[in-house]
Amino acid sequence: MKKNWWKVIAVLFIFYTIIAGFLIKVPAQPILHETIRNLYFHVPMWFAMMTILFVSVWYSVKYLNKSTIENDILATQAAQTGMLAGLLGIITGSIWAKFTWGAWWVSDTKLNGAAITLLIYLAYFVLRGSIDEEQKRARIAAVYNIFAFVMLIVFLMILPRMNDSLHPGNGGNPGFNKYDLDSNMRMVFYPAVIGWILLMVWIFTLKVRLEKIKRKLLYND
Amino acid sequence: MINKIKKTLLLLVVLFSSASAFAQDTQSPEMASGLYQSGKIYVVVVVLGVIFAGILTYLILLDRKIIKMEKELNNK
Repeated sequence: MKKNWWKVIAVLFIFYTIIAGFLIKVPAQPILHETIRNLYFHVPMWFAMMTILFVSVWYSVKYLNKSTIENDILATQAAQTGMLAGLLGIITGSIWAKFTWGAWWVSDTKLNGAAITLLIYLAYFVLRGSIDEEQKRARIAAVYNIFAFVMLIVFLMILPRMNDSLHPGNGGNPGFNKYDLDSNMRMVFYPAVIGWILLMVWIFTLKVRLEKIKRKLLYND
Repeated sequence: MINKIKKTLLLLVVLFSSASAFAQDTQSPEMASGLYQSGKIYVVVVVLGVIFAGILTYLILLDRKIIKMEKELNNK
């Protein structure tokens, strides 16, 4: 239990955001209305995705430095978990867009950037699947992963800030602007981000342990 | 005298027009206040809580299963 304290924090924070996220007063904004509460659930997905994908590229760099299969497993499983968070982010974002901007998808720098990022990571899995030899697969995938992470930063952090965008926090404005200024919302938003990041890390560690067991069974039997 | 009436009328018109403009300003975006007044928002909170509790139970069970498998493998 002692080493699982962070899982407890994840759970407590998410339960807190589910309760407080619905019950605490939010500013009344035109167009957004009550959907402003999506900030507590949609945005943490992207924070979690970026954190987990950073973990992924971290282990890819580590693999290139020291070629152990463990580093490769960690990088792959992190990329997969990151995709889970990213997919949830893009689906929830699409639903939110439908009820505020009026369309499931708008051709927007931020939205297209997010879609391209997911496709780039999809190619990472395709690349892995196409190479049979383990060492080679791990090395090429690690190099590609670094490229993918750089592209993620370009598509999600840089390009949306250089163009006009419907999405908040873009078009030269790095912050969440007016939504984030509400201190009530911050009280829920920050724990939500931490909680969801930790939950995704938990899923990631489970996947890693399962993969290691799988490998052990494969080579012992 | 007529001038005075004109001025008073103008004053009244200006007063009322500003009042109507003010009324439009305070018309706030529609929020789900009914849901909060009837207390039915708690139903939504409970439903989401149950869903998350379910996912959580699943994760904990998975975690424990993996611990068990790890132990079995290490004892082999």
